[in-house]
Amino acid sequence: MVTVTIWGSLRALTDGRATLEVEASTFKQLLDRLVRDYPGLRPQIERGVSLAVDGRIYREAWFTPIKPDSEVVLMPYMTGG
Amino acid sequence: MMALDQNGKRIFKVVGTRPPRPDGIDKVTGRALYGADVAAPGMLVGRILRSPHAHAEIVAIDTSAAVALEGVKAVVTGTDFAPQADPTLRDIQENCMARGKALYDGHAVAAVAATTAAIARAALKLIKVSYKPLPHVTDVDQAMRAEAPVVQAGRALESVPAGTPDNVTHRCEFGHGDLAAGFARADLIVTRSFTTAATHQGYIEPHACLASMTADGKGDLWCCTQGQFNVRTICAALLGIEASQLRVTASEIGGGFGGKTSVFIEPVALALARRAGRPVKIVMTRDEVFRATGPTVSTSIDVRIGVTKAGRITAGEAELRYSGGAFACPTVELGAQAAFAAYDLEAVRTIGWNVLTNRPKEAAFRAPGAPAAIYAVECVIDEACQRLGLDPLEVRLINAARKGTRSSYGPTFDDIGLLATLNAAKAHPHYRAPLAPGQGRGLSAGFWFNFGGNTCVSLNVNTDGTVGVTEGNPDIGGSRAAISQMAAEELGIPYDKVRTMIADTASLGYNDVTDGSRVTFAVGLATIKAAQDAIRKMCARAAKIWGIDPDAVEWVDGAAVPAGPNAGKFPPMTLAEIAALSFKTGGPIAGHHEFNADGAGVSFGVHLCDVEVDPETGATRVLRYTVFQDAGRAVHPSYVEGQMQGGAAQGIGWALNEEYIYGSDGRLQNPGFLDYRVPVASDLPMIETVILEIPNPGHPYGVRGVGETSIVPPLAAVSNAVSRAIGVRMNRLPMSPPRVLAAIDAKG
Amino acid sequence: MKTIHVAATVNGDAVEFVCAPEESLLDVLRNRLGLTGAKEGCGSGDCGACSITLNGRLVCSCLVLAAEAEGAEIGTVEGLARNDALHPLQQAFIDHAALQCGICTPGILVAAKALLERNPDPSESEIRYWLAGNLCRCTGYDKIVRAVQAAARKMRAA
Repeated sequence: MVTVTIWGSLRALTDGRATLEVEASTFKQLLDRLVRDYPGLRPQIERGVSLAVDGRIYREAWFTPIKPDSEVVLMPYMTGG
Repeated sequence: MMALDQNGKRIFKVVGTRPPRPDGIDKVTGRALYGADVAAPGMLVGRILRSPHAHAEIVAIDTSAAVALEGVKAVVTGTDFAPQADPTLRDIQENCMARGKALYDGHAVAAVAATTAAIARAALKLIKVSYKPLPHVTDVDQAMRAEAPVVQAGRALESVPAGTPDNVTHRCEFGHGDLAAGFARADLIVTRSFTTAATHQGYIEPHACLASMTADGKGDLWCCTQGQFNVRTICAALLGIEASQLRVTASEIGGGFGGKTSVFIEPVALALARRAGRPVKIVMTRDEVFRATGPTVSTSIDVRIGVTKAGRITAGEAELRYSGGAFACPTVELGAQAAFAAYDLEAVRTIGWNVLTNRPKEAAFRAPGAPAAIYAVECVIDEACQRLGLDPLEVRLINAARKGTRSSYGPTFDDIGLLATLNAAKAHPHYRAPLAPGQGRGLSAGFWFNFGGNTCVSLNVNTDGTVGVTEGNPDIGGSRAAISQMAAEELGIPYDKVRTMIADTASLGYNDVTDGSRVTFAVGLATIKAAQDAIRKMCARAAKIWGIDPDAVEWVDGAAVPAGPNAGKFPPMTLAEIAALSFKTGGPIAGHHEFNADGAGVSFGVHLCDVEVDPETGATRVLRYTVFQDAGRAVHPSYVEGQMQGGAAQGIGWALNEEYIYGSDGRLQNPGFLDYRVPVASDLPMIETVILEIPNPGHPYGVRGVGETSIVPPLAAVSNAVSRAIGVRMNRLPMSPPRVLAAIDAKG
Repeated sequence: MKTIHVAATVNGDAVEFVCAPEESLLDVLRNRLGLTGAKEGCGSGDCGACSITLNGRLVCSCLVLAAEAEGAEIGTVEGLARNDALHPLQQAFIDHAALQCGICTPGILVAAKALLERNPDPSESEIRYWLAGNLCRCTGYDKIVRAVQAAARKMRAA
């Protein structure tokens, strides 16, 4: 089980919870399970999200492995200029 | 195999030096070809007709008289583009050419291609557009009100609460901790509101492109862009063709800074070229660049910070209202995340809104969203320091984020350079230099995320011992030199044996746009891996020549050598020697690497600014300016310094003079360099730079992106300096002379 | 459409061209004579990217009518180097990293050369005020000023 931190404005879609327990071992599995468990997250996830795993930001890498004790933070998809 | 010093750290031979850039001679002789510098046989001139109204329904467009004019070969309007299901592409297409409504002064409504510029201009005058003007709104706070004119309906994301006015498209929230408890612990709470106007990247080269399409649907596009692959994706979609049928070549670019990461004229030129069956060149005028490309968001920000007498920040919160023009824009999410990113806070919350206005569609100006947000927070921290009688640099040190800090946007920081940059500023003579009456010193920290992205590099070993590196990212700051340096370093050959070229979209795999400060990091990483790939292949060739196992060969100082005494006694074979035999040993040798890079490190900066304000005119002179920034590893220190100085100069302009000024008719009043006042040579002092190097663990040489962070600290550094010089806290940008004078006079 | 025939000298070479009455010298240099070194950044004389010399005087070529060039000596960035020998200013700009995107560089080089011909030992302030008509958005001007100072030193020593 991985603990995922959800940013503030998404918590309305996760029954107010700031952290969720998700059974997942890769980036894609985690997003798929989030959408399955909280369908309200689908639009944002389809628009794009990044994951910060143990402080390192992954923009969209499906097969990034996630360990059970990893710190995982959901973030909006990153852009720059 | 690499040389190591006594601490086991790598010794670099090429990285960290200052060789001449490969495009230098072309650029100082005028030989370099920018967007507008090419022509083609049979070429037509394209011109665009633009709305004179800030907001209007387009009732009808009659192009018949223009079509009939001798010399006109094509006319297009919004209905000539394929409708897009994807909202991002739909917005880009509607911005390139209006469909149904003109959404801002300057919005494109039609375009012509003709044999001469004079005929094209005459043709535009013959196009009859019947507009029904609508009420308009250009201010972000006014646009949020229930009674504001609706710019576009139905564009709100699911995060916006029901019942919110139609112009609000985004709501986001970040942060952690118990704010009430945090504020309860504070000895001083400072609450302030700030506004910043839209600004423009101000690149000296207007957008320009040359497009051609053949009768069988193959297209060629030459344009100045930060991302030719992105241009290909968007144009192919808008024209309804497949990506492989369109080849986009990036010219040398005369500045971008984020403003050339999308398209404006390119799909229009292609559509005209397709209809006319001849090449079409479109070059924007300066007026069009200001009115109809991508300025920044304008902002209205409320900040509240709680601080103890000892200078510890106990709570921070902010509400950020951004407008990115007439199309939905998520930039506020980046601002809301970046606002407090430099600090270790137990309680922090930011709420962000995006609001539509009748203004052009936003594009990034270096770090999108961060400058305004960090400006507001850094001004409030400075005010708290003044009121508590605390040193602003000491307060930053007390509260600075460091390794292990839970960031305000969620993840825990790894090795970061904020403390090092703050300590460098503290130790620097600038910080202790005396100030005269009427002068003030301002300080600001700053931050940017940086990222990696999709990258392909191909590295070819030529039979004469030279190497060609092919990459796909337009060079906006000297990156070709840095890429060549990294290739030379990894291969162990001299810098001048490497030539780095930028490929068109048909010659290389996909590369993300040159943005996010990604090129030295991600393209550099790919180049190092491509070099390692080539090295493996060269070692295998040497092994074959020597008749030994490939695992028994290693690469040292640019040559293949037997690994250890048991491998056999063979003299080293240099890259040149292996290359010379390559045709006989298996064929040409190349290495390559394709990936989606992650692991870009964040970059922190601190700026110190001294100003003198003339009490009679309100004019501010910048006397002294020093930039401290963490580059991870400075591959070419001159170009890192250049990014630091360039971003600082842009931020100084943003703080003191630059703004989009709208009239009551909603039209842009200052679409030119005379009245949109960017810094000139006589406005600025020398800008001193101090490069810190806290290596990024995600890159073999430790590189962090540097291009964007430097625009973030100047807004507050200058504002804090002016505020201290005149004894009045300023809360609006730009601090142009009339505003400063009014503040001085109000103080009495 | 009326056209005007013009004969002039560009970078020491005799040239002839025809132009429309309203055509600027910048347009002619770029579109008719193939000299794309001078750039159009604004078309209104505010940015200096089109800087050239006209009979030895520094001007914005976007503000000069092509017809006014009759009989004139025009100097552009393409005339700074002698064959493959760069002018000291050009070399200094490369050595001191005084360019990033390079779009302002031709105009600044022409302007700087005009300055050093009048004032071989300018102060930092004199350089900055002379170049105030040439906008640069990339560099913040620091390395440009240093490069001009370095070139001036080299030229004084020669």
